[in-house]
Amino acid sequence: MGELAVFIILAMVTLIPAAVVVTSRHLVRAALSLVPTFLGVTGLYVLLHAEFVAGIQVLIYAGAITVLILFVIMLTEGGTGVRTRQITDQVPLGAMAAVWLAFVVLAVTLRTPWRTQPGAAPSYGVAAVGTAFLTDYVLVFEVTSLVLLVSLIGAIVIARRES
Amino acid sequence: MQVGLAHYLVVSTLLFCLGLYGVLTRRNAVAILMGVELMLNAANINLVAFNRYAAPAAVGGQIFALVVITLAACEAGVGLALVMAAYRGLETVHVDEINLMKW
Amino acid sequence: MLSLAWLIPILPFGAFWAIVFWGRRLPGEGAYVAVGSLAVSALLSLGVLVQVLGGATAQAALGWAVGGDRVYQVGYRVDPLTAVMLVVVTVVGLLIFIYSIGYMHGDPRYPRFFAYLSLFAAAMLTLVLADDFLLLYVGWEGVGLCSYLLIGFWFERPAAARASLKAFVTTRVGDFFMFLGILLLFWQVGSLRFDAVLEAARTGRLAGPLLTLAAVLVFGGAVGKSAQVPLHVWLPDAMEGPTPVSALIHAATMVAAGVYLVARTFPLFAASPDQAALQVVAVVGGVTALMAATIGVVQDDIKRILAYSTISQLGYMMMGLGAGGYTAGVFHLVTHAFFKALLFLAAGSVIHAMHTNDIKQMGGLARFMPVTYWTMVIGSLALAGVPPLSGFWSKDEILLEAAHRAPVLYWLGAAGAFVTAFYVFRMLFYTFTGSLRAPGAHPHESPRVMTVPLVVLAVFAAGIGLVGAPWPGVGNLFHRFVHLEEAEAASFDLAVAARSTGLALAGILAAAVVYRWRWVSSAALRRVLAPLYAVLVHKYWWDELYAWAVVRPLLWGARQLRTFDLYVIDGIVNAVGVVFVGLSRLYRVFDLYVVDGVVNLLGWVTGLLGATLRYVQTGRAHNYLLAIALGVIVLALVGLVR
Repeated sequence: MGELAVFIILAMVTLIPAAVVVTSRHLVRAALSLVPTFLGVTGLYVLLHAEFVAGIQVLIYAGAITVLILFVIMLTEGGTGVRTRQITDQVPLGAMAAVWLAFVVLAVTLRTPWRTQPGAAPSYGVAAVGTAFLTDYVLVFEVTSLVLLVSLIGAIVIARRES
Repeated sequence: MQVGLAHYLVVSTLLFCLGLYGVLTRRNAVAILMGVELMLNAANINLVAFNRYAAPAAVGGQIFALVVITLAACEAGVGLALVMAAYRGLETVHVDEINLMKW
Repeated sequence: MLSLAWLIPILPFGAFWAIVFWGRRLPGEGAYVAVGSLAVSALLSLGVLVQVLGGATAQAALGWAVGGDRVYQVGYRVDPLTAVMLVVVTVVGLLIFIYSIGYMHGDPRYPRFFAYLSLFAAAMLTLVLADDFLLLYVGWEGVGLCSYLLIGFWFERPAAARASLKAFVTTRVGDFFMFLGILLLFWQVGSLRFDAVLEAARTGRLAGPLLTLAAVLVFGGAVGKSAQVPLHVWLPDAMEGPTPVSALIHAATMVAAGVYLVARTFPLFAASPDQAALQVVAVVGGVTALMAATIGVVQDDIKRILAYSTISQLGYMMMGLGAGGYTAGVFHLVTHAFFKALLFLAAGSVIHAMHTNDIKQMGGLARFMPVTYWTMVIGSLALAGVPPLSGFWSKDEILLEAAHRAPVLYWLGAAGAFVTAFYVFRMLFYTFTGSLRAPGAHPHESPRVMTVPLVVLAVFAAGIGLVGAPWPGVGNLFHRFVHLEEAEAASFDLAVAARSTGLALAGILAAAVVYRWRWVSSAALRRVLAPLYAVLVHKYWWDELYAWAVVRPLLWGARQLRTFDLYVIDGIVNAVGVVFVGLSRLYRVFDLYVVDGVVNLLGWVTGLLGATLRYVQTGRAHNYLLAIALGVIVLALVGLVR
């Protein structure tokens, strides 16, 4: 019972700021609303016994990416004013698409007989994740690191001011 | 009532659709990126939840969640760099004003 | 030296190609190359002759082609006959080459002339060296080609062009028979080598009427090439060519190829039943000898006189061979080559000075051209058969053979000898004695490059006969060298010799009476002998006969064929063409409106579609994103419903 209550609270913490993110006319507010959303998701991870992922979520999403987005908003202030129209002309169609997609996916989800038992909670430790990364998933690990390097260089090249 | 897999899936679905709504209706490229981040988070919830409920003994779901987070960081970095470049070159960050691809 | 005999024709052949390719850039504009190569050939030939005199012979063959189980061989042979011919061809040819340097000086196609001469020498030497009918035929056609090219050397003149054509076509008739004869021999014997064929004739493997037929067919080639009756008509016209050509090809060497051929295949003739083939040769030769000599009497063109003289002398050679006088015929060939080449070159010298061929325009030239005059006198005496000059010995030998074997032929020949002496001295008197009749002519002696060969040839013409003289003690040297077992020579007969000498002197005397001392006017002679004169001046109507019997029907047939061609074949072709043009027009309409229409329609529809659909491409990223989202929903719905 307690777990369900915690889950519902965390879901609210996640979804309500998310709605603010996508609807707010004030861009900085939208960006700041990302923080509770990410933290809510972090709570869900903890609830799922994925502590390492939760930690990373806080570090990267709530920390780095939000800050990065705020920086860009500041740098491109021309498009961030409150007076500026923030929505395109396809709001009805977009809303319809989102609702339809939600409907379809929910219909599928709810009609499927899921296993509700989480089973015996394993001891997900950082050690297990690290071992998996360096044994079974070493190729993924390496490729990801390569992608990181390339995107680092790419971001620098793209954002670099022309001499 | 136990918290089951379906609960997580419903939350992730709603989060994903909110993100999609943002992507489709927002005019500002930065806001669109925020929507994309929401969608990625929804996907991550799914990965971890399935890991927990469908294959508790493995860590593959968490591994992929981590990879997705990493790639999301990359995407955010590159995407925001693109926004900067577009702002500098075209004096705008509004996607409906960026129509160089038009016929 | 004998193993190098194959070099003898190769050298002039190389000179030919060199002159063809480099022409005027060679020393002496090619003349020195031609002369040099032939001089080397002449030296080689002399070396060969010396060795053959010592008794050596040589034969070499090379597999040329393999047909089934048969190997076709080509090769050369060196025996006394070949050695003699080699020396005659190269020595006379060399002198004439040298003479040509002066005679052809300034001609616009000077190098080409020497190229042709070299090619001729190569072909003639190939012919002489050949050891089989195949190679002989190659040389035979080669000399025919060169003859054609050189008669028509001044092809701008219509007469020369016509003459070259006539020569080529006429000799081709003979060559055709010869080819048939060769095929017949090959069919019967299975080999083309002289040894094999002649051996077959000797042993009787090849006998009977077939042998006679083959021999006569081969003789057909000789008739064409050696201008015997009835294929003699081309040789007088061939005088349209340059005079050195007339001397070399149409007097000394090529026309003698026929005689050489008969001599080479003599056992074939001798083996024919009742010597029928030999009789054909003898009769053709005898008739030719007298007929051509009589025509020569009424000719005014100095070269034509000599041409008829050549025909007549070739007739003598054939008669000698036909009468069984193998040695006599070949010997006359040798002496004739020298004295007739001399006469032609002397005539060329005269023409060079006078720029005309008409002896009635000349006269008194002895004063201006002493060297030419005296060399020509020697040549004329040799031709007339006055002892001890060369012509006497060889002609006397022929008459001797004829007297022994066929009295009728002897009298034909004897009459011919009288006429020969008459016409040649008529020519001599007209040309060199009396007074100059052409106004405005400035005759002069020819340059040394022309007179030196004349003198050399005169020495030969005077002295060469002595090798065939019946020396007391040793006998006839030439006969000891060139002879066949089949043809036993008759022994020297003083009575025959005296008679022919008398006839020659009588002919000279008669000519002197009419043309030197003018005791009898030639016009009166013409009046008295009007019918005979008519016959002679029309050359026995041979040309007219051919025109009526051969040329006219051929032309008529050709015209009919042309009409047929023009109206029937061309009509069919044109009809087909018209039909297809109509069909093509129809097809063009189809192509233009149906095929092109479909293609254009396709393009137009595509363009229209593109123009319409391009508005779908808004270029706005969020529109595309919306489309993607809607697409995902549609796909999910489809998945659900299914």
